[in-house]
Amino acid sequence: MFVSYKWLSQYVDIADQTPEELAEKITRAGIEVEGVEMPAAEMKGIVVGYVKTREQHPNADKLSKCLVDVGEEEPVQIICGAKNVDAGQYVAVARTGAVLPGNFKIKRAKLRGEESNGMICSLSELGIESRLNPKEYAEGIFNFPNDVTPGEDALAALNRDDAILELSLTPNRSDALSMIGVAYEVAAILGRDVKLPELNPVEADEQASDAIQIRIDAPEDNPVYVARVVKGVKIGPSPLWMQTLLMNAGVRPHNNVVDITNYVLMEYGQPLHAFDLDRLQTGEIVVRRAEEGEKFVTLDNAERTLSAEQLVITNGQEPIALAGVMGGANSEVTEQTVNVLIESAYFNSQIVRAASKAHGLRSEASARFEKGVDPARVQASCDRAAELMTELAGGTVLSGSVIAGEYAPEPKKVSITLDRLNTRLGTELQMGGVEDIFSRLKFTTETNGDEITVTVPTRRGDITIPEDLTEEVARLYGYDHIPLTLPEGESLPGGLSPYQLGRRVVRRYLEGAGFNQAVTYSLTSEKRAAQFSFEKRKPVALAMPMSEERAYLRESLLPHLVEAAAYNSARQMGSVALYETGSVYLNEGENVQPKEEERLAGIITGMWQEHLWQGEKKAADFFTVKGVIEGVVARLGLMDRLSFQKAAPEGFHPGRTASVLFDEQPIGVIGQLHPSFAKEVDLKEAYLFELKLDVLLNAARKDLAYVPIPRFPFISRDIALVVDRTVESASLEGIIKEAGGSLLTNVHVFDVYEGDRMEAGKKSVAFALTYVNLDKTLTDEEVTAVHEKVLAALKEKADADLRA
Amino acid sequence: MEEQLRGLQEEAVMKAAAAQDLKELNDVRIAYLGKKGPVTEVLKGMGKLTAEERPKMGALVNVVREAITKAIETKQVSLESEAIQKQLAEESIDVTLPGRPVKLGGHHPLTRVTEEIEDLFIGMGYTVAEGPEVEQDYYNFEALNLPKGHPARDMQDTFYITPELLMRTHTSPVQVRTMLKHAGKGPVKIICPGKVYRRDSDDATHSHQFNQIEGLVVGENIRMSDLKGTLDAFAKKMFGTDREIRLRPSFFPFTEPSVEVDVSCMCGGKGCSICKGTGWIEVLGAGMVHPNVLEMAGFDSTVYSGFAFGMGQERIAMLKYGIDDIRHFYTNDLRFLQQFSVHE
Repeated sequence: MFVSYKWLSQYVDIADQTPEELAEKITRAGIEVEGVEMPAAEMKGIVVGYVKTREQHPNADKLSKCLVDVGEEEPVQIICGAKNVDAGQYVAVARTGAVLPGNFKIKRAKLRGEESNGMICSLSELGIESRLNPKEYAEGIFNFPNDVTPGEDALAALNRDDAILELSLTPNRSDALSMIGVAYEVAAILGRDVKLPELNPVEADEQASDAIQIRIDAPEDNPVYVARVVKGVKIGPSPLWMQTLLMNAGVRPHNNVVDITNYVLMEYGQPLHAFDLDRLQTGEIVVRRAEEGEKFVTLDNAERTLSAEQLVITNGQEPIALAGVMGGANSEVTEQTVNVLIESAYFNSQIVRAASKAHGLRSEASARFEKGVDPARVQASCDRAAELMTELAGGTVLSGSVIAGEYAPEPKKVSITLDRLNTRLGTELQMGGVEDIFSRLKFTTETNGDEITVTVPTRRGDITIPEDLTEEVARLYGYDHIPLTLPEGESLPGGLSPYQLGRRVVRRYLEGAGFNQAVTYSLTSEKRAAQFSFEKRKPVALAMPMSEERAYLRESLLPHLVEAAAYNSARQMGSVALYETGSVYLNEGENVQPKEEERLAGIITGMWQEHLWQGEKKAADFFTVKGVIEGVVARLGLMDRLSFQKAAPEGFHPGRTASVLFDEQPIGVIGQLHPSFAKEVDLKEAYLFELKLDVLLNAARKDLAYVPIPRFPFISRDIALVVDRTVESASLEGIIKEAGGSLLTNVHVFDVYEGDRMEAGKKSVAFALTYVNLDKTLTDEEVTAVHEKVLAALKEKADADLRA
Repeated sequence: MEEQLRGLQEEAVMKAAAAQDLKELNDVRIAYLGKKGPVTEVLKGMGKLTAEERPKMGALVNVVREAITKAIETKQVSLESEAIQKQLAEESIDVTLPGRPVKLGGHHPLTRVTEEIEDLFIGMGYTVAEGPEVEQDYYNFEALNLPKGHPARDMQDTFYITPELLMRTHTSPVQVRTMLKHAGKGPVKIICPGKVYRRDSDDATHSHQFNQIEGLVVGENIRMSDLKGTLDAFAKKMFGTDREIRLRPSFFPFTEPSVEVDVSCMCGGKGCSICKGTGWIEVLGAGMVHPNVLEMAGFDSTVYSGFAFGMGQERIAMLKYGIDDIRHFYTNDLRFLQQFSVHE
């Protein structure tokens, strides 16, 4: 909403407030002023000029040579390129030395050999957006009506010396969608009166009701419809003051009748529509729901197909307006219009909203109806427009209004006690102070002991409950005056849940291990949504995505991590270690909330360790990732429940990938990105992991309990086993552990050999075994007895021989 | 015999002193003090001495032996010292060469900001509540006083999945779910961090995915001044003790009264490009929980009141670290991420 300072000052005394001061006060009281524009501040030296003569430029077809009276003794010669320049026009002239917006300086110049002492300006050259220029001047220079004098300040004549406050209105403050509404707000802030226009239209003897009949067939959608008839109007431009104020308010001037309806709309916030009475033909207005599929051409010449969810104004036969949104081409005011019907109605916000949405049409009118207009202004606005049509379009107002329906809701009464007001705000206000605030708002109040009852005018439809009164008091009392306190009463121990703590532990661990945390988008393309998913499901799709790239919900964190690694790799950062924790969204069926699982995923590519001057390099491989995962799980104290199993899910290298098991249940995958896929995204060898983090974090962790340090020496035995190549080390380890019993405290692989010195199809795996007895010193004999059992079990279960 | 011994002592001490290395010195030890050495030989000849001479000569042998031993030990210390000096000199390195790097990862700046805010409020007795990102229309809007068709729904352009399911537009549904769990009994004191989604085109200042952290306190007699005091404490801890806050009236359907909260700019009010010359930076939205929201969540609004606030981690991080484009948070450029592995 653009508020002209000059226009506003007609309703409330703001002479002692600079536009900036006023803007600051309005902002602090609750309506944000986003900016204050002062167009004249970036211009100077622009005066009214009178074009005395115009002749063709001798050397240029498209230029005119003009002699312009600028209020000095001698007229000045100006070369003008506008097509519409002519003798006898009053125009805006930027004199030599003038400055136009954008610090555009006007200098004396020679154009094709002819001297030019200034520039005749268009409105857009004077900083008025061309979409707001009256159509006839949009393509050329502006012509003043004759009520100006050469030499006078053209910026003042055009109201360019105004200040325009841009208000950013929240949806509840539709009351401020009008000059009078803003005036009430400013009056409350400054503690002043509001001066409303006096309304006394001069009426002719002829009865309006003889000219038009009105019927409402949809009273729920349109409780009241008021019309006035103005005859004998002369269509022409509206006066300069009205055109310029409209442009300052962001409205394009058309002609006097249309401008008047727009002016009153901006003034009162009540949308009006002017119909050409004669083009109605039937002398009748019927308001009804549109028929399903009914066709209608709006005044922007677009054919609209209507539905029964939309309200139309008809002449009893066919639609003449889409109620509250836009008029029809068939009844629009034209240059030939003589008799006008002014519509002022109250349309239900939902019905206007539906129509505006269905046709993608948002107008100043629909915006106001959607948010709710003040029913108390329906009649006044109609009267105001009729009066202005007499004054500015030479019309005659017929006697009376034609009114269908009735809508005069009682102003709401809302009560609150002083005690509740103070306890909600933390203040110590007195009743007198509270009463004063409401009187500044022009609300009437009634006090009964501790309770104040406020009668809220219908213009403030946003105030309905005691808390709304609290807000009015708080904002006008000033939030700066509210003290700083902290909540009293029962104090609570704050903290993170074990789950949340666990998540932080995992993140810290990975960062300590060299991973940077990534955050990627949850929305992705259809292709990516299914990539690397743990099980085949239909990805969850958005109903109306903004792009194909962000149309589905991810089922894995990996696709975007691969993308991030490729992004870095393409920018000379070939060694990447990224991890992410975040949700994936698994389809559980139509209209059911998807299952959200928190995952932990990561990618490593390039060098894992690198120490250049010592020539040390270690590329990331499968075991790098595995080590990291084992570290995470060990950190959570869950290592004994973790295992790995060879797997070949889609997207991974079939020989270098494992399923991660927790309590024998699959919770994720680690492995090498499939080389063909890696090639597709321009990545070298890359290793990935993704785990169900929620399973790990929800797993019951053991309480930490001290285990005594062994007091007796341990005995180590190393064994090198020869087995088939396909035998997995984990199975050998399992056999060793089982046979080793309680004396065996540790077993680990320390060497693997497959090569020339082995029989074909065989490999050697060497284990180090550690035996200890916590209660006494182990003897060699005891160890040997157990060790023999281990070897026998290995032979029996894995056909493992000791390497010679 | 005595002379012989003295001669040996002199000879051995000289040889010990002349030894070039530990091996030579050891040879001297063996040559003079070994089982076959001359001193032992002398001792063997003791039998021929008289009973009177024997103890005298025995004492002398010991003196000579000790003298030789001492000479050898002295020399050994000095030789060992030389050897270690030599070794140390050889082992000397260029300490200015780069160390073997231990890879250093780090928090994403959004996590960093989130954890900082979490910790700050945990210190004030809050717990951290989380909830689903795909929400039911009811929890995201209706229970927050935003019935279907409410014009304020336009303030948050929404990604719908079905008419009843959507990507949450704020973390407020977590507040609703938490209040419902409390079944009408206070106090409630939570913060809700998490990802949220709006139907926005991505550019330098807009992102269809971003993070929010909201706070909610519900109790008996919670006041607007408590909100102000809490946010003042937050601003001072987050941005510096010299910072102030300013409340401006605003509108949110779920709070009444509603305010926007500005924090004074680091320029100290002089005006800079960050605060656009105003001296204030908009950081938060807040307000007193709307009685409809309390009632729908099962709280008696005549007994209970509450405040709520919400802010965006992206905005805070951009202000705190001077980041100029919101898209950086989601590109995961290492040159961006690595800057945040440093502990402040």
